[in-house]
Amino acid sequence: MAKKPKNKRRDFLQLSTVTLGAVGTAAFIWPFLKSMSPAEDTLAAGSTEVDISTIEEGQSITIKWRGKPVFIKKRTKEEIDAAKMVQASDLRDPQDDADRVQKEEWLVLVGVCTHLGCVPLGQKVSDMKGEYDGWYCPCHGSHYDTSGRIRKGPAPKNLDVPPYTFLNDNTIKIG
Amino acid sequence: MDKNRKVHQFKNPVLNWIEFRLPIISYFKKEYGDYPMPKNCNYFWSFGALATITLVTMIVSGIFLAMNYTPHTDMAFDSVERIMRDVNYGWLMRYIHSNGAAFFFIIVYIHIVRAMYFGSYKYPRELNWILGVFIFLLMMATSFLGYTLPWGQMSYWGATVITNLFSAIPFIGEGLKTWLLGDYNVGNATLNRFFALHYVLPFVIFGVVGLHVAAVHVHGSNNPDGIDIKTNNDSVNFFPYMLIKDTVAMCAFGVAISAVIFFGPNLMAEVDNYIPADPLVTPAHIVPNWYLAPFYAILRAVPDKLGGVLLMFGAIVILFVLPWLDRSKVRSCNYRPIYKWFMMGFFVNFFALGYVGMLPAEGLYLLIARVGLLYYFGFFFIITPFVGWIEKPSKLPLSISDVYAKNIAPNIGGGEKGIPSPAMQKDTNL
Repeated sequence: MAKKPKNKRRDFLQLSTVTLGAVGTAAFIWPFLKSMSPAEDTLAAGSTEVDISTIEEGQSITIKWRGKPVFIKKRTKEEIDAAKMVQASDLRDPQDDADRVQKEEWLVLVGVCTHLGCVPLGQKVSDMKGEYDGWYCPCHGSHYDTSGRIRKGPAPKNLDVPPYTFLNDNTIKIG
Repeated sequence: MDKNRKVHQFKNPVLNWIEFRLPIISYFKKEYGDYPMPKNCNYFWSFGALATITLVTMIVSGIFLAMNYTPHTDMAFDSVERIMRDVNYGWLMRYIHSNGAAFFFIIVYIHIVRAMYFGSYKYPRELNWILGVFIFLLMMATSFLGYTLPWGQMSYWGATVITNLFSAIPFIGEGLKTWLLGDYNVGNATLNRFFALHYVLPFVIFGVVGLHVAAVHVHGSNNPDGIDIKTNNDSVNFFPYMLIKDTVAMCAFGVAISAVIFFGPNLMAEVDNYIPADPLVTPAHIVPNWYLAPFYAILRAVPDKLGGVLLMFGAIVILFVLPWLDRSKVRSCNYRPIYKWFMMGFFVNFFALGYVGMLPAEGLYLLIARVGLLYYFGFFFIITPFVGWIEKPSKLPLSISDVYAKNIAPNIGGGEKGIPSPAMQKDTNL
């Protein structure tokens, strides 16, 4: 009986020492790990205002937002119709065209393929646009439609739509 | 402290003074002087030494490059061009380093082929094999990080594609990717940390290489016949025999790498990497360095993001368990009449995967990549365990000396002047 409390005391000391050591180590490592996350100035999200008055119907421009390309396209009637015709349930990443645009003719997308991050082709008239007449990623062959939705190839998701607002008829604020 | 410790005695009193305090001299004598090598080892056994020398060359040339390199997105590309044009012998340092990386992989691939064909990964050298695969992984990581530093188009987009692999992981993927990059896309934070890691990882590799060598010295090197050393007659001392042999191999290697460095330094480079990185334009055709192409082919052969990433990493991880997939006790494929051909098929297949990995993933190339992918994993999961079970190996020689005795037997029987076996030579020399 005399031995038991002694052992308990030792066990307690051992356990609490190890626990405190582990917590201390973790607390020490955390700043190092956290230092690798985006810094405050990187996080201070920039927003960009874009004048869209010069974009013709069917034309698309690329602007840089947070280091990434953003596509702004003024869609033609045919392109809008093609995008609307599709049943969302048939898609890999089901989404209606109406959920991806604020104004029907204006399509705003983050121009980064959701597969491995390349910039899809389709911004220039001479570019390959893929089988669905939207965008085509040359890296691993993903095809996007006129709503920027993934239709064929390895990409798992539709092209992202960034947060944006129409300041007036001629200006979009992205971010 | 053990007072009865036997201290090695040398003629030189300085050596004795050191040896008494740190028994490093007897260690080197034991491990690199008297270390017994199987006497039938061929030139395939020189590639470990070649790899070590290449590693040292890479570290040295890298340190000197770092003295003139600037890890900033605005200056990295120009600082590399300055190394090429203005820094004295900068072009040489850079071409040694860039081609050295390619040759490092050539050597290590041959080293791995040797280990697989002659069964060096089997008992009792499994841990040695595991350390080797670990080194291979570290090498791939280091070369990827280093390829980002010149900040050309291929650097930028290669880094983008590879770091995006992590975003395939469910739930934590995007967060993990952002944490690795230090930004939402490859940027200055990324370049800075890649430089820091690219500088430190080779020293980690050096440490693991130390363990790798220490581990092989415990049970001794394997050999082309895959049988153990039984008597002193089966082996030669590392010094001078194997050292000289390795030196010959090193000379041949020196000629080969010099030919490339001086006459075709950009043979293995991608032209797109001489265009500064542009985050808004992806090159039409992104290719990895050729030495990573087989794994890239596997990634692209799968029409699913997560599936492709898993299989690509799986293709490397599977190597770790090879010693336990192969149930055959016979090490050398020279004595395995069936498995030998599957093994050679594996090497050809790996080469084919690398070839299509450099080409666009479409049509016939995609088909070849998919067939190659099936064979790659089929080799490990089906062929290797199954063949070990059904195959009847040929008769192993009784000892390493026995191999030579058999080879010269017809000559002796015919009463002609036979070439004396190395075993006999050794006897007369002693």
